[in-house]
Amino acid sequence: MKLIFECGMEGQHLSLIPACDVPEVALRETREQPLELPSVCENELTRHYRALSKRVHGVNDGFYPLGSCTMKYNPKINDDMAALPGFAAVHPLQPASTVQGCLEVLYKAEKYLCEITGMDAMTLQPAAGAHGELTGMLLIKAYLRDRKDTGRTKIIVPDSAHGTNPASAAMAGFTVVNVSSGSAGCVDLDSLRDAVGPDTAGLMLTNPNTLGIFDKNILEITKIVHEAGGLCYYDGANLNAVAGVVRPGDMGFDIVHLNLHKTFSTPHGGGGPGSGPVGCKSPVSCFLPGPVTQEADGQFKQVTPAKSIGRMKAFNGNFLVVVRALTYILTLGREGVPDASRHAVLHANYMMTRLKSKFDMPYDQFCMHEFVMSLDRLYRETGVSALDIAKGLLDNGMHPPTMYFPNIVHEALLVEPTETESKQTIDEAADVFLALYDLAKSDPEVLHQAPVTTPVRRLDEVGAARNPILRYEK
Amino acid sequence: MKIPEDLKYSKTHEWVKMLDADSCLIGITDFAQSELGDIVFINLPEPGDDAVKAEAFCDVESVKAVSDVISPVTGTIFEVNETLVDAPQTLNEDPFEAWIVKVVKITATVDLMDAKAYAAFVESEGGAV
Amino acid sequence: MGKYVPTTVTEREQMLSVIGVDSIDELYANVPESMRIRDGLDLPEGMGELEVRAAVTEMAEKNRIFRTILRGAGSYNHFIPSVVKSITSREEFITAYTPYQAEISQGILQAIFEYQTMICMLTGMDVSNASVYDGASAASEAAAMCRDRKRTVSYISACSDPQTIETVRTYCFGSDTELIVVPSKNGRTDTAALAAMLGVDAASFYLQQPNFYGQMEDAAAIGKVVHAAGAKFIMGVNPIACAVMRTPYESGADIAVGEGQPLGLSMAFGGPYLGFMACTKAMMRKLPGRIVGQTADVDGERGYVLTLTAREQHIRREKASSNICSNQALCAFTAGVYMSAMGEKGMKQAANLCMSKAHYFAGRISSELGWRLIFRGEFFHEFVTECPSPEIVLKALEDHGILGGLPIEGGVLWCVTETVSKAELDRTIDIIREVC
Repeated sequence: MKLIFECGMEGQHLSLIPACDVPEVALRETREQPLELPSVCENELTRHYRALSKRVHGVNDGFYPLGSCTMKYNPKINDDMAALPGFAAVHPLQPASTVQGCLEVLYKAEKYLCEITGMDAMTLQPAAGAHGELTGMLLIKAYLRDRKDTGRTKIIVPDSAHGTNPASAAMAGFTVVNVSSGSAGCVDLDSLRDAVGPDTAGLMLTNPNTLGIFDKNILEITKIVHEAGGLCYYDGANLNAVAGVVRPGDMGFDIVHLNLHKTFSTPHGGGGPGSGPVGCKSPVSCFLPGPVTQEADGQFKQVTPAKSIGRMKAFNGNFLVVVRALTYILTLGREGVPDASRHAVLHANYMMTRLKSKFDMPYDQFCMHEFVMSLDRLYRETGVSALDIAKGLLDNGMHPPTMYFPNIVHEALLVEPTETESKQTIDEAADVFLALYDLAKSDPEVLHQAPVTTPVRRLDEVGAARNPILRYEK
Repeated sequence: MKIPEDLKYSKTHEWVKMLDADSCLIGITDFAQSELGDIVFINLPEPGDDAVKAEAFCDVESVKAVSDVISPVTGTIFEVNETLVDAPQTLNEDPFEAWIVKVVKITATVDLMDAKAYAAFVESEGGAV
Repeated sequence: MGKYVPTTVTEREQMLSVIGVDSIDELYANVPESMRIRDGLDLPEGMGELEVRAAVTEMAEKNRIFRTILRGAGSYNHFIPSVVKSITSREEFITAYTPYQAEISQGILQAIFEYQTMICMLTGMDVSNASVYDGASAASEAAAMCRDRKRTVSYISACSDPQTIETVRTYCFGSDTELIVVPSKNGRTDTAALAAMLGVDAASFYLQQPNFYGQMEDAAAIGKVVHAAGAKFIMGVNPIACAVMRTPYESGADIAVGEGQPLGLSMAFGGPYLGFMACTKAMMRKLPGRIVGQTADVDGERGYVLTLTAREQHIRREKASSNICSNQALCAFTAGVYMSAMGEKGMKQAANLCMSKAHYFAGRISSELGWRLIFRGEFFHEFVTECPSPEIVLKALEDHGILGGLPIEGGVLWCVTETVSKAELDRTIDIIREVC
């Protein structure tokens, strides 16, 4: 398929901008480097993107069981609301009296998300989960500094954690201490007790964890960290298992981040924009990045907290993403939020039970909203890896589950059906998985060659990294 | 699996070629490169940097992983093999020719094995010798 | 069955039976009873779509949409072609995940590769990443790229957007980095002060072009000063201005970043926006975030893949230089469509109109209202004038559907884009004259 630069012809263009109706002024010094942007007509432009759209696989194309990503259905009403001119055409620096509707959106979103997480205050400024994690780490840093508790330099992270956790802690100037997961996949309490001390700033944890297991020792875990003088940070990536059922605030967490593009149905957009709001308990709220929204006598305004860490980015965060999430929360409401979570857990357990007949489940207990399978034995017996099975799924029109994560499981596939899939879809998907297992045993070479029905086949990633070509050149 | 006789080996799979009493070349072994898979990039240190025994002095990237290269000696990095930046595949193709750094003013080393001991060690780690 | 949950009661019973439990509660066995929410969430009752639409639309209608917008300061009202809106609202692009499974994601990967190329074209730089959150966080990531063991201090011009300075400062709090703000002189960076302040441990200097006051800086001269001190030169640039001004590459920048919102994204009360980052080949491996590269498949077909991934958090973890995972992919995609639709001709035309109209407006303010320009240097499409009574002026404009310039210390920061006609500018002057 052609690149846009290989389309069109010099001289072709769209008719978009009028002639200048005032005397023309130019800069004294102008660029000499040519600006060789595409030169296409509107017809060809739309055909190019139409062709690209046929080479994309969205949630609207089929089952998308990516563990840790919560690829649930993205409701169309959310997109409609985000496109309202009353939201889209508003300048972020308009006077507060002219943006009361936007401030109401932020205020309500802050309030409802606090209710769901058991937090006292929230910022909607972080633009993604990792951005939220960094925010959370900076909140811990500011909180400790304010108390002159400067010896606390370590953040404890389980070895099953998502890579953003230690990376965020490091970006906030902390040293990372890994604790091992015990045989049940949960935090080993003895290991944790050894790891805490006067230099503990905090713990980063997700519950259920990245294996899809709810750590029943969670109150003990947060207690151990609190008694050592540290704070507890909740990575909200897996909230879809427990939203409306249990609150991170009630698990003992002091600070949480959410992923609106996971739990709250906002679309992934091919890699973003997401939104990573951060909530916290009262003692930490004065450090939140500004501004946060307040209400008085029916009027909304924005204020910067007294000891704010500053800003994580300009303006108000990914506002249109927040609009989508708020629309979703209003749709689900009081009874819909726990209902979604409960069905997410039901669907995951159902799929796990169906796949258990052939695939190895390293943690033989009920899962939460996702479960991990290990293809290690299959690999050793047949040479077919998790990657090969994933590529085989592509030939069946299905997006594969998350591969090789968490890295404490060999040849891992992390599966998360979500609550928005029907039993029929789950059954069909399970049948495909089971058929691929049989294929691995009978004809592994087919899977080594997969995929064969996709627009391109397996790509040379080694060559791409050794000799990077990162842009088109004529 | 190649294991040249004239080199010394560390438990973390680096090879050492002593040039004289207090200087050497360091690289990674055949076993190391096969475990790493296709190497796409090496993050070299700078001449003048310190090398400290048993600590990482550079890392090597494959598509899906990063691995530290552990210094078997304490000393000063005198020279780095710049050719590896544009041709990291030589670490896979010819690991014993693809020296990474030259270290001088060596004051300490980790316990090093000769070829025979290293061969036995590799076998115990599951490698086919 | 719930809102988007298709499962019927019967199907639920069937699933429970297969699993071997009697209720979903049993699946939550690991969650201590004492912790569970007892009386339900304090949220309003859920609503059907008709009611939700009414509730959210009501909030949208409480916002004022201005017909004429003369305010910039980091968010700009540019014309967005219909073709951009139509293409970027395709559900395939909207609902797709990050393109880790390259074989079924060539559409996204190619679109981002095209975007990366266009950012390189616009800035003149060698390499671009697939985006970061916004211009302010891009400035922060760029500063981090330049720091190492020997060079640890970051510098930034006082003429930068205050929100950028604040964001960089917050990131520097994280890395325990000293951030030094180089003062302004007459609305531009004080180059003499810069030269005097850059120490031997200077890692980088960030310059905004055009700067927060709309003034054009002498970027090439500043770049020389920065390099003479052994530091890296980061430029934060307006992408529309880039179509006509001396590019960051031509000005000697090592890294070019900026806010990409003007490239087809609505103002949207501040987000989602687009942080673009481009750099010289020498700094390529220090770029944070995702990058798309070209390669071939087993049949030799050209294809695209996320590459240089060993830089990133999922591989390097605490040793990664940045924690960024999700970026602003759909916004980068939008910028690519915008730049393809506009082409060189459209971009240059838009830039020309912005600059010409801003100068026309500034001229009329001066001649008709007698308000001086606070800063007299060359400007692009933003400028600061004195204003005797900003509250009265802005209120009068507001009453007529015009969002006036941003009141700042000492004056008002005006912005004119290609969307404002001469007639609207003349009308603005007339309205102000009535109240002043």
